[in-house]
Amino acid sequence: MTGGLLEIRGVHKSYGLLEALRGVDLTVRPGEVAAIIGPSGSGKSTLLRAINHLEKVDRGFVSLDGELIGYARRGNTLRELTEREILRRRTRIGFVFQNFNLFPHLTVLENVVEAPIFAQGRPRTEAEAEARELLARVGLADRADDRPRQLSGGQQQRVAIARALALRPAVVLFDEPTSALDPELVGEVLGVIKELAGTGTTLVVVTHEVGFAREIADTVVFMDEGVVVEQGPPADVLDHPVNPRTQAFLEKVL
Amino acid sequence: MSANLAEGESRLLYPPPGLPPGGDGGASAGPADEDLRVVAARHPGRWVATAVVGVLLAMVVSSLVTNDRWEWDVVARYLTWPSILEGAWATVRLTVTASVVGFALGTVLALMRLSRSPLLQAVSWAYTWVFRSVPLLLQLLLWYNLAYLYPVLSLGIPFGPEFLFFDTLDLIDKFWAAILGLGLSQAAYSAEIVRAGILGVDQGQHEAAASLGLPRHRQVRRIILPQAMRSIVPTAVNEVIGLLKGTSIVYVLAYGELFYIVSVIYGRNGRVVPLLIVAAIWYLALTTLITVVQYYVERHYAKGALRTLPPTPVQRVRWELQVGFSRLTGAPVPDGVPPGLAARVRVGRWVAPRTTPTGPTGPKGGAA
Repeated sequence: MTGGLLEIRGVHKSYGLLEALRGVDLTVRPGEVAAIIGPSGSGKSTLLRAINHLEKVDRGFVSLDGELIGYARRGNTLRELTEREILRRRTRIGFVFQNFNLFPHLTVLENVVEAPIFAQGRPRTEAEAEARELLARVGLADRADDRPRQLSGGQQQRVAIARALALRPAVVLFDEPTSALDPELVGEVLGVIKELAGTGTTLVVVTHEVGFAREIADTVVFMDEGVVVEQGPPADVLDHPVNPRTQAFLEKVL
Repeated sequence: MSANLAEGESRLLYPPPGLPPGGDGGASAGPADEDLRVVAARHPGRWVATAVVGVLLAMVVSSLVTNDRWEWDVVARYLTWPSILEGAWATVRLTVTASVVGFALGTVLALMRLSRSPLLQAVSWAYTWVFRSVPLLLQLLLWYNLAYLYPVLSLGIPFGPEFLFFDTLDLIDKFWAAILGLGLSQAAYSAEIVRAGILGVDQGQHEAAASLGLPRHRQVRRIILPQAMRSIVPTAVNEVIGLLKGTSIVYVLAYGELFYIVSVIYGRNGRVVPLLIVAAIWYLALTTLITVVQYYVERHYAKGALRTLPPTPVQRVRWELQVGFSRLTGAPVPDGVPPGLAARVRVGRWVAPRTTPTGPTGPKGGAA
């Protein structure tokens, strides 16, 4: 898999009077692993959802390999895409939710093959073979015919990762993938993400696990109050933060 | 008993290997801990209440049998009378057609109400408002008199030329007037049921379906509606049962459904009560049929929502019988009976101790 180049430029987003994002600029190079940390309410999750166009931004834009998400650019105007086009572009971005959001009425295998077959139009036999490979990769080859509620939280999240990878995405976004898990199940999910980090896919991980961010991230991004406060290699941002807000946050969580 | 012994004491109280069980000494080697006898609790209040209700029930049954004004022979004769069967069949046809019309239109109205177009939302809201507000009886009579308002119906381009013409009286006979009345008002109620079902599906499911890039129709049909069905089905079946009984109101159009036929017959022979009973029995039978179907439809949509599906009534009765048989005869419980139910075999029954105890079996965990 080859990773995509993600560019976020001047993104603003408000909910009513609340400004969740106040001009975010960020570039994630192909194959790079970016970990976004920051206090709750700092806009991390909103940014991730804006990348996938689950939230429409008010100003600015997000592009993947130069292709805008949600809009087409003609000169200086942005034309809003139809839902069909947005859905097509979304298949290049995998999204892993905090609460897994697996489809409970479908089996594990059906969850994984749904999008390759019906969003990308790939043949069922090919999609199923690849899905079984992916399930083996996350260590769940034998659970293909179970339903999500029969699995533990950690297993469900690993299925969700396999489901996101089945689209062969250029970027995978993780929204606090371990926050809903019991402590002893966190490790198995982080292990899968870590394994993914070496494969060339661009990853953006919103996380509370500072230790994990240090271990896998090429870039750590610290966000607060809707802006990127500081970014750089983990050794700089986590060990020698320049900004006082970053220092204050790290003192609290470490 | 021995299960409550403190650790260490048990060694003294259990007989050494080789001694016959229940030998000398105050303590006897009973059954293994897991086979201990369970004595069922006594419920005197429950027994009294059961007796009272039993007597009342006997009184009802006896009055049904002894009071010859019920005229059960007449009931029996008319229950399968050809015109009654025809009427029951007409009732089924009305119910099925009106349900299909009602829920198809109701689903469209629900999706309109949830769409982002203000006009579609408003039209859907207004439809529900009008059709829920006007009494069904009045709606039926209005549809039946549609020919007075529009003697000819035509098909063509809006505000442009028209190609096909129909005589309203030919098109809207009694059956279709009934379907329009029942179906269109049912749609107003079904729309709300379907909308509630869709709103009840977790927001995360909508987002997950969207984030995978699934086409819109696929999101609704494959991901959202099957999950919404779980909360739609019970209320929807209620509505269908209401509709089944509601078809009796169509007798004002003199359409030959069950209740109209019954009223025609008792109008001729004067046997009012027995014929009302005949109709009641048929409505009861049809409702029972719907309830059975409901059970299996609900089970179908429960897949994935529950870790294990509840047993079917047939399974439950079979297991109860198997456990009861084992309690009476001491035969082992057959495989396939859930362990929780199988354990009831020991309630109120002495289980013979193991014949050759191989050694002291202390309380669980005592060995550690």
